[in-house]
Amino acid sequence: MNNDNFKDTRRARGLGIAFLVFAALMLILFLPGTTGKQQTTFAFDLELSRALPIGNLTFSTQGMLYLLAVLAVFLGAWQLAKGFKQADLILGVVVTLFVLAFLTWAARDRSVNMTGMLQATLLRAVPITLAALSGVMCERCAVINIGIEGMMLIGAFTSALVGSIGKSMWVGLIAALLAGGLMGALLAVLAIRYKVNQIIAGTAINILATGLTSYFSSRYLQVIHELNRPPTFSPLPLPVLSRIPILGPVLFTNTVPVYLMLILVLVIHVVLFYTRWGLRTRAVGEHPKAADTLGVDVIKTRYINVILGGMIAGLGGAYLVLSSVARFDENMTAGRGFIGLAAMIFGKWNPIGSLGASLIFGFADSLRTNLAILRVPIPSQFLLMAPYLVTMIVLAGVVGRAIAPAADGEPYEKQ
Amino acid sequence: MSEENSTPKTTKDKKPARRFRERWRALLTPLMAIVTALILGAVVIVVTDTSVYEAFEEGFGVGLGRAVEVIATAYGAFFSGAFGNPGRMVNGLRIWIQTGDGRAWTQSLYPITETLRYATPLIFAGLAVALGFRGGLFNIGAEGQYFIAGLTTVFVGYALTGVPWFIHAPLALLAGILGGAVWGVIPGYLKAKTGAHEVINTIMLNYISFRFAEYMLDVGGPMARGDGRPVSPLVQPSARLAQFFPSNADIRFNIGFILALLAAVFVYWLLFKTTIGYEIRTVGQNPRAAKYAGMSVSRTIVLTMALSGGLAGLAASTDILGVIGFMPNAFSSGYGFDAIALALLGNSHPFGVVLASLLFGALQAGARNMQGVARVPLDLTDILQGLIIIFIAAPAIIRALYRIRTAESGEEVVMTRGWGQM
Amino acid sequence: MPPVLELRGITKRFPGVLANDRIDLTLEEGQVLALLGENGAGKSTLMNILYGLYKPDEGEIFVRGKKADIHGPGDAIALGIGMVHQHFMLVPVLTVTENVMLGMEPIKQKLFLDREAAARRIRTISEQYGLDVDPYALVGDLPVGIQQRVEIIKLLYRQADILILDEPTAVLTPQEVLGLFQVIRSLLAKGKSIIFITHKLKEVLEISDNIVVLRGGRVAGTALPQKSNERSLASLMVGREVILTVPKEEAQPKEPVLEVENLRVKGEGAHIAVHDISFDVRAGEIVGVAGVQGNGQTELVESLTGLRPAQSGVVRLLGKDVTHASPRVITEAGAAHVPEDRQRDGLVLSYPVADNLILNTYYLPPIAQKMLMQEPAIQQNAERLVAEYDVRTPSVLTPVGSLSGGNQQKVIVARELSRMGQLVVAAQPTRGLDVGSIEYIHSQLVRKRDAGAAVLLVSAELDEILSLADRIIVMFEGRIMDIVPIEKATREDLGLLMAGVHPDEHSADAAAVKEAA
Repeated sequence: MNNDNFKDTRRARGLGIAFLVFAALMLILFLPGTTGKQQTTFAFDLELSRALPIGNLTFSTQGMLYLLAVLAVFLGAWQLAKGFKQADLILGVVVTLFVLAFLTWAARDRSVNMTGMLQATLLRAVPITLAALSGVMCERCAVINIGIEGMMLIGAFTSALVGSIGKSMWVGLIAALLAGGLMGALLAVLAIRYKVNQIIAGTAINILATGLTSYFSSRYLQVIHELNRPPTFSPLPLPVLSRIPILGPVLFTNTVPVYLMLILVLVIHVVLFYTRWGLRTRAVGEHPKAADTLGVDVIKTRYINVILGGMIAGLGGAYLVLSSVARFDENMTAGRGFIGLAAMIFGKWNPIGSLGASLIFGFADSLRTNLAILRVPIPSQFLLMAPYLVTMIVLAGVVGRAIAPAADGEPYEKQ
Repeated sequence: MSEENSTPKTTKDKKPARRFRERWRALLTPLMAIVTALILGAVVIVVTDTSVYEAFEEGFGVGLGRAVEVIATAYGAFFSGAFGNPGRMVNGLRIWIQTGDGRAWTQSLYPITETLRYATPLIFAGLAVALGFRGGLFNIGAEGQYFIAGLTTVFVGYALTGVPWFIHAPLALLAGILGGAVWGVIPGYLKAKTGAHEVINTIMLNYISFRFAEYMLDVGGPMARGDGRPVSPLVQPSARLAQFFPSNADIRFNIGFILALLAAVFVYWLLFKTTIGYEIRTVGQNPRAAKYAGMSVSRTIVLTMALSGGLAGLAASTDILGVIGFMPNAFSSGYGFDAIALALLGNSHPFGVVLASLLFGALQAGARNMQGVARVPLDLTDILQGLIIIFIAAPAIIRALYRIRTAESGEEVVMTRGWGQM
Repeated sequence: MPPVLELRGITKRFPGVLANDRIDLTLEEGQVLALLGENGAGKSTLMNILYGLYKPDEGEIFVRGKKADIHGPGDAIALGIGMVHQHFMLVPVLTVTENVMLGMEPIKQKLFLDREAAARRIRTISEQYGLDVDPYALVGDLPVGIQQRVEIIKLLYRQADILILDEPTAVLTPQEVLGLFQVIRSLLAKGKSIIFITHKLKEVLEISDNIVVLRGGRVAGTALPQKSNERSLASLMVGREVILTVPKEEAQPKEPVLEVENLRVKGEGAHIAVHDISFDVRAGEIVGVAGVQGNGQTELVESLTGLRPAQSGVVRLLGKDVTHASPRVITEAGAAHVPEDRQRDGLVLSYPVADNLILNTYYLPPIAQKMLMQEPAIQQNAERLVAEYDVRTPSVLTPVGSLSGGNQQKVIVARELSRMGQLVVAAQPTRGLDVGSIEYIHSQLVRKRDAGAAVLLVSAELDEILSLADRIIVMFEGRIMDIVPIEKATREDLGLLMAGVHPDEHSADAAAVKEAA
């Protein structure tokens, strides 16, 4: 016990020092390039938005940098002196301060639209979150799913094809759900019935999905263009809510798949932790034999969860087509399934954690485009690497240990 | 010391016929997996061919005939693309003997050399994953190791000048081995020290290396050629690998293939004839027993990943030094996933990997011809590969389909354990 | 009134094994039926059939006189049958309430788990049967004895009235056993019926109303506790008069080979498993380590053999400091180690016998020259050891995993004892083996001692310690209670020491524990 305490205090002190280092970095990195007269503008109003305008925020660049650094110093000192209960949360706050300092510096003498950036963050986080949720569904009942990428690809393809034929995005959406569910069922059969190594099964699904979608795409979609022109969802502003400044355009002026994603995060959270099905799913993921001896059907639980997971991945693929580019392109998921997997780990196998992680990854992505506009000389590739690096750091246990469900990846032998 | 136990001689008495039957049975499942995948591939080809539907409207017999014709054309193109046309080979040989002009003969060899050329990097990548499997590690990172090795190889290849070929080419190869090894050691070290699962880390490193290569080679990037194209400069001629048919520019079959075969022999020797191999296999089979036996599990894991990464790196080196001559930007090699299929298909045995790579090489070469001649999209190979992996990984499907008896299992390779465990 | 449970002609075959052969069994209401048998006698299989985890190949089950079809645990639960498994079926990351209600969750508002309702019921059950436990504690944080209570609450929560307890005392201290027996009595008083599975004779005599002895998958006999004694039950269990002594000369201890001073070792998690202990083992003697499982013996062995780091203290092997040495260094310094969990630590099951026989000498000549493995030497070594140590295997190329447990252990013993080791650390060397193999391994350990090696024998079986050891170290909660020379050792005193009580400090508690042990 003593040793645990010792470890905890050492970690707490380390975090406190880290906060101070962040504060120092804000001043060392960003202060030298600025002058006392420079001003930064954060804009909050979007064109074509129904939200009530609230105007811009203009402030002294250096003043803001000092303010942010002082805040970080304060948090660091508090952490060293008394310690925060939720130190990881405070770490998030300090990192946010650092990012704000960076933006303040990057947008000196210019203006950056915060609402626009948040909006882009959410939109880019949608497919990642859906991929992560798919992973949560599967891994909570101990089936590793690295075939998310392939399932999304199949979902995207199906939504484009069926949506075009049916001339309805709704038909496309439902078809994508079914196709994703079918891929989930394939994974389930391989992993549960045939006890195939789950990583291999997922890999096979990825290859198969790439092959199938590319093959049929070059046979049909690229030949007959009418087959690749699905109608798309347009943003559906919610009454009243969409008029709230910042939150309105970011959260309440979205397409149906985006709302679906947000609802799914909440629903899966509630189901997992507050319902019978969730308790059973978690028990199956941690100790399937224990669940079995209490009459819980391990096999059925796994089948249903994995198929649902496949459907969510299919939805993620459909979002890319029906809410975004209105067309299927070969390999259009571009690794989002794998980033989703990373977000799931970063989010500690929890739906809300997954959303948080996906938002961070989405932010890195949207920052990239903004930096190009602000002409900041950081290669965009390095920002795109960030999610992967962060995941590796988290996995190595540097920031909060990620622990998978105990039985993850193991087939259940009923004897 | 009773009588019944002094029977160690019995193994040697195993009838050759029975051994052969066992071997055959062990081979039967992968063979049937390939055949089944080809059959399903044929179904996909027929189902997606509009001319077949039109023929069926004329009558069932006509439709059936057309379907057979479509398959025959496609797979015909496939086989001649993979192995060449025997008639043309004989003809070319005759011209060569009669007139002394060997050009037709070499040209007729083009398809088979393409198969071998495609097989070369596959052998390296497949060996990389197979070696990892033997050591209990799932290296999904062959793709990333390929990219980093590509960068290091091509850098030594173009930046070093005025060196004779017998130094330059080996140096460039070595640079590739090192690049791949370093990229393999990272997840190996993280696994050994923190227990972080190598599957996630190698996937992450794949994307990181992809972005990194993009940055290096992007227009204006540190390694870009400078003519506005996102590719590296050309490798010096002194770093290029020797070609077998330098007279024919189409044929890009080079010494890399021999290197790949040598690598397979090396991996076999290392795994099964040396103490290092014994350590790698023991750690792969039972890390706790390895620790008990006084082996350093961490060191073995790091070493395995270094070797694995180095092999994957050679895939890039031979591609660049033997075939392409430079490093293009953002080309997804796809070797990472292929390699997993190859290791599975070859049962993680170096010689099995070579056979599987030859098969996949033939698939690649054949599919290209099939696309050109029979207008069947290249992506059919991905479908076939995906199916082959499924059938190999779930042999129960194939056995049930063809009612094959179970083969006697020996040392089975532990592919990977759950996320959490070592 | 019909018996509450009756099994008729239950037969179960596994590939190559007849686990249960036409077993008949009757349990009367309000009674304890003891199911006695060695490891592998078929007890657990039979109970798993009764609980619906396995399907019997033949036979019928009657519950309260009615024929029962049990296809899964759900059916068994519905019939009022509950089982506490030998390895607890608890999810460590869930709370007591969640573990208990799993599968029978109360629901509120038609959708949500009603944790409060479940917790209330758990509290009621706790009070009724004297099973004190906090419903909101995480199961993983609870000690083993309390976890067992949670298991019993799980059954009572499901209103089970036929309770199967599979080896419930294996992981308990004598006090905890005493507590368990009290719980069992209060259960009987409320009309429950219990099947108590064990291989411990004393417990059977104390708690049961009826005894069925299984041997080799068959009913070897039935008995009443009043008319039996340990010897008669033991002979039923193993099929012949058990030899409780191993023929051996008196020990001739010489210089100390292993010296341990103030050794402290951490266990899983953060607790201290071995608490500043000191002892030595001399050449030519066997030192036994007795104690209830989980009192630091495992960690002690792992630390001595280099598999677990020592926190503080000194370990010397033949005068050389090996406190922080690696397993390789310790092996080379002359230690042999028969590990506790042979399949997990001591063998590579997929490797042939020959490769397992070189597991820790693979890099030394003649097995290897430089880094090249010498195939003929490996083969020769294997054939020699297989003959010398009586390993029954079709060939030295047979995968070790396909051998019987006894022969697997002989492979390890052959490998470890054939080396020129001065120290042998043998942890639970005969656990789960057949009597023939046990006798053989015992005789080999004595032979090694007589050849001048120091032997440290760790065993949970007091009989094994008593028959082999020359001196006995008794461990309790990571500390050495006492070191007793064999001449002065009595079963009663050792039992007290294992429970953490010194025999000379007689108290009311000690007397009670003695009665239980």
